[in-house]
Amino acid sequence: MSAALTWRVARLAGRRVETPTAHTLLLDVPGWPGHLPGQHLDLRLTAADGYQAARSYSLAAPAAGNRIEVTVQRVPDGEVSPYLVDVYAEGDPVEVRGPVGGWFVWRTDQAAPVLLVAGGSGVVPLAAMVRARRAAGSPAPFRLIHSVRTPADALYADELRRRARDDPGLDVAYVYTREAPADWPGGPHRIGAADLTRHGWPPDRTPLCYVCGPTGFVEAVADLLVGLGHPAGRVRTERFGPTG
Amino acid sequence: MGIVSPGFQGRPRPAGPALPPGQYLTEDFPVLSAGPTPTVSPQDWEFVLATETGAEYRWSWPELMALPQETPTVDIHCVTRWSKRDTSWQGVSLDTLLDGVDTAAGYAVAHSYGGYSTNLPLTDLRDGRAWIAHTYEGRPLPAEHGGPARLLVPHLYFWKSAKWVRGIRLTTTDEPGFWETAGYHDYGDPWREQRYAGD
Amino acid sequence: MTETSYLDGNMLDGPLRELFAVDLSAATARCQTCGRAGPVGGLRVYSHAPGLVARCPACTAVLLRLVRTPDRAWLDLRGATFLAVPVPPERAGPPPG
Repeated sequence: MSAALTWRVARLAGRRVETPTAHTLLLDVPGWPGHLPGQHLDLRLTAADGYQAARSYSLAAPAAGNRIEVTVQRVPDGEVSPYLVDVYAEGDPVEVRGPVGGWFVWRTDQAAPVLLVAGGSGVVPLAAMVRARRAAGSPAPFRLIHSVRTPADALYADELRRRARDDPGLDVAYVYTREAPADWPGGPHRIGAADLTRHGWPPDRTPLCYVCGPTGFVEAVADLLVGLGHPAGRVRTERFGPTG
Repeated sequence: MGIVSPGFQGRPRPAGPALPPGQYLTEDFPVLSAGPTPTVSPQDWEFVLATETGAEYRWSWPELMALPQETPTVDIHCVTRWSKRDTSWQGVSLDTLLDGVDTAAGYAVAHSYGGYSTNLPLTDLRDGRAWIAHTYEGRPLPAEHGGPARLLVPHLYFWKSAKWVRGIRLTTTDEPGFWETAGYHDYGDPWREQRYAGD
Repeated sequence: MTETSYLDGNMLDGPLRELFAVDLSAATARCQTCGRAGPVGGLRVYSHAPGLVARCPACTAVLLRLVRTPDRAWLDLRGATFLAVPVPPERAGPPPG
């Protein structure tokens, strides 16, 4: 908060394969100032002829010193994400600028119940909140609803299943839009008011709601939440653009 | 220049002989938009040409369709660096619309449903270089590309080809439009790479 | 297309932090056209364009335009009557001197 942002050099320290099309990049960024869960960074690539392309990515976890994590979903015909998922090698540099975004954040001293609603890879900044909550020992009750196309598309599924068991006060629910597990009650469907009522909080608990995903998803869920009686001022949104 | 990331090439950027400097070719037709897409039905559509003296010339959709039609095939160049070759259009030449219009104006401001505007010298609308286009690749121009009708001035950067055009005002002084008041070049010749103010 | 082509004002923070030392996405902006006041993070940003265009979520009027050229950033805020920016509370203490 004290100076204008500058681009810093980040180097790849390792990667985790989350799904066939999504990798988490572990980046070492000397001088990284730390960040809040929900914030993102801008990442810039420069080609040998000077051509540049920049994209925004959510920070996936609390910083560990100079080590940060971003999860990148490969976008078909994209320009930046295929490079980061398929080509980018350990030790190679990219440039990052951040952290940015002071609105779509959760602070560990907030005690109110929290509803997190994610569409697809929109779960990334919300998982950062779940991770920060546990790391800080926060008692704020969290409920996460993750809408995915198929079970194979669910980012961090194993970790979230484990946390739902081990992190006190955390519940995790899934909605499948295209293909659900065989015995799944209700079958595949788009997220609706019934899902938000069953797996979320009643408005009289005055939860803070964070909704992240593609623009159409965020639009629909934010409208549903307001329709259920949540004040618009308690619904924070982050929309993903179609840039690759 | 930033730090080079080894192996990063970005999208293909062939410097073909007939591409303006700094442009790359694209096969698809990217949708650029500075606001919500206006929905204007042809029945409600009207085009107004206003001169510097306040005289107005109006065309409804059927009246536009009744004018002589042209079918230009042109390359288009967006200031965001994509170019697209051999796009085919159908529309009415501005020469046709300006025929018989009495004016001493040197400039024109195109304005659009939705509030967009862009300025250009009146001479750039003449001599077979500008159209009100309503058909793209043989089909009605889709709303996201400016339908029902857009200005088509392919020899300038494509932001000059105002989508959802509803009128042109002729002026004696230059009146910068939406992007021209926010850092973009007043004229926007892609061959001289006039992207930004001062280029 | 019409409803899904914009992003949240949150994304303005990176580009604006290149210019300003404070986070403007948490600031409150008032729309000059309709008078609505709300967080910059809640504006609708059209980014598939030659610049960034932030519009009022209520009336769609333009509040902010930001164009980045190779050596300049052009910021047009004429559509906003004010920006209220959260800052740390001033500490009470003896006046200087």
